[in-house]
Amino acid sequence: MAVGQAKIKSIGAAQSPLLGFAMFSPAILYIVLVVGAPFLLAIFYAFSDARIGSDSLHFVGLENFRSILQSPSFRKALQNSIIFTICAQIIVMVCANILSIALEKPFRGRGLVRFLILLPWVAPVSLGTIGWKWILDSIYSVITWVLVWAHIVKPYNTPMWLGEPKLAMASVILVHCWRLIPFSTVILLAGRTAIPKEIPEAAAIDGAGFWRTLFQINLPMMVPIISVAVLFGTIFTFTDMTVVYILTAGGPFDSTQTLPSYAFATGIQGSDLAAGAAVSLFLVPVLVVIAYFMLRLAHRAEVG
Amino acid sequence: MMKQKIISKIIHKVILAIFVVLLAFPFFWMAIATFKQDGDLYATQNNPFLFNLAPTMAHLRYLFGQTDYARWLANTTLVGVLVVAITLLLAIPAAYALARLTGRWGERLGIAIFLTYLVPPTLLFIPMSRVVAVLGLQDTIWALVLVYPSITLPFSIWLLMGFFKSIPRELEDAAMVDGLTRFGAFVKLVVPISISGILTVVIFSFTLVTQEFVYAVTFISPRSKQMVGVGVPNFLVLGDVYYWGGLMAACLIASLPVAFVYNLFLDRFIAGFTVGAVKG
Repeated sequence: MAVGQAKIKSIGAAQSPLLGFAMFSPAILYIVLVVGAPFLLAIFYAFSDARIGSDSLHFVGLENFRSILQSPSFRKALQNSIIFTICAQIIVMVCANILSIALEKPFRGRGLVRFLILLPWVAPVSLGTIGWKWILDSIYSVITWVLVWAHIVKPYNTPMWLGEPKLAMASVILVHCWRLIPFSTVILLAGRTAIPKEIPEAAAIDGAGFWRTLFQINLPMMVPIISVAVLFGTIFTFTDMTVVYILTAGGPFDSTQTLPSYAFATGIQGSDLAAGAAVSLFLVPVLVVIAYFMLRLAHRAEVG
Repeated sequence: MMKQKIISKIIHKVILAIFVVLLAFPFFWMAIATFKQDGDLYATQNNPFLFNLAPTMAHLRYLFGQTDYARWLANTTLVGVLVVAITLLLAIPAAYALARLTGRWGERLGIAIFLTYLVPPTLLFIPMSRVVAVLGLQDTIWALVLVYPSITLPFSIWLLMGFFKSIPRELEDAAMVDGLTRFGAFVKLVVPISISGILTVVIFSFTLVTQEFVYAVTFISPRSKQMVGVGVPNFLVLGDVYYWGGLMAACLIASLPVAFVYNLFLDRFIAGFTVGAVKG
């Protein structure tokens, strides 16, 4: 028996690096080829004159960056990407915190409520966005109908939700928020249920009110999980092209163009692969910052 | 005290009601448009919340009879199934190896792989379009079958690593004492008891395939080869004319099944997203 125990232990401790290598190398090789290689190719293209339909390829140095930095559309796209991402994250965090508190305690019909609330996140983005395009239609918008019915706007002077630059920008932010609130809510909900119940209870006994408990106990304990929600949310908004492409196609007059949609417009629709690649490289600094914070979170979880 | 309780209960209900309405409204609105006659849909003086004319199946008949919608659903399903198969084939062994066989640096490598999930298609689609053209896969669904595992793999490996780590080592050790090899124990023991984790990866990968847009719109142009997420916005609109009834029906039909299945597995996905920031 004692011998058997010793044997089991020795097997358990033994790792098999060789077998391990054989088992994970296909996946790693695939990721290197299909993520790593195109990434390098994107950098390479950004310094070249690659175009769709032309086989010649020359190194042109910083020429692409010089020309896109001078383009007003590019600057607008960069600015929009930042504005959309920040506005959406702020709104999403406020709403998701409220909603996750409301969903925490069990109540009748919670399953159904959860399903309905999650729909925007789990349904295909492009299809949900078309739903919004119909809701925000210039003539048949239901929002306009309600506003006219309530005598807030005049029937002959209705808002063009997707046709006026400011309104179109607000609409894009709205759809991003609509899509992200469910995701952030369930993430926060997972974090909320992991807070030991005794701590807020003890605080309540010590006389801390709702707001004090919220700001001095619950929110600080939620910092790691809120960071997770914000980091993923930032990526999903900052790198998304679908919402803008379907809702406004970057218009009116490039007023809702973002980095990804502008990269698509120049690189694919405009056939200028090099300039498109250069535009999309402007996503990288943000991704690096996010990766850094993710690593810190993962490290903390590993140590703690 | 009693009064306060009732008030807070009412506030709770009101908050929930507001969010349910805001978040689910577009789908409710799709359902309404699906069954409305055009004469009702495009009459601005009518109350849009009511059926002013009798409900109709005309949009559904149009969608399945005169468009390629059914074909797009089939394309999407086919790509989904193939991508799921490739993902499982690559992710299950890799996750097991990184969780069990390679010690501490396996863990590090796992985190590195997870971080590639942060590299978005919008960064890679331009060079990829050239690679796909060179490989001769332009305008075929094989381009997507080749590329999509790059979005499903990182997260799947990460999810499965967590799953494999939760299996007690003693189980495999006992099997190996009984004469199985390490790989044998993995195939005959670990994989069967991990079915629910593997199922999560199946659902996750399949839904990602239905949701992806950037690669699908870049690589594929012919109408009949489209994925549903691109075909609906790009090919159900003829010229500048939107057939809203058919469009809304198309969106609703493709969204609901995906949403329903995803919802069943939600808690496991969230466990993957929280990167260990929550211990529960």
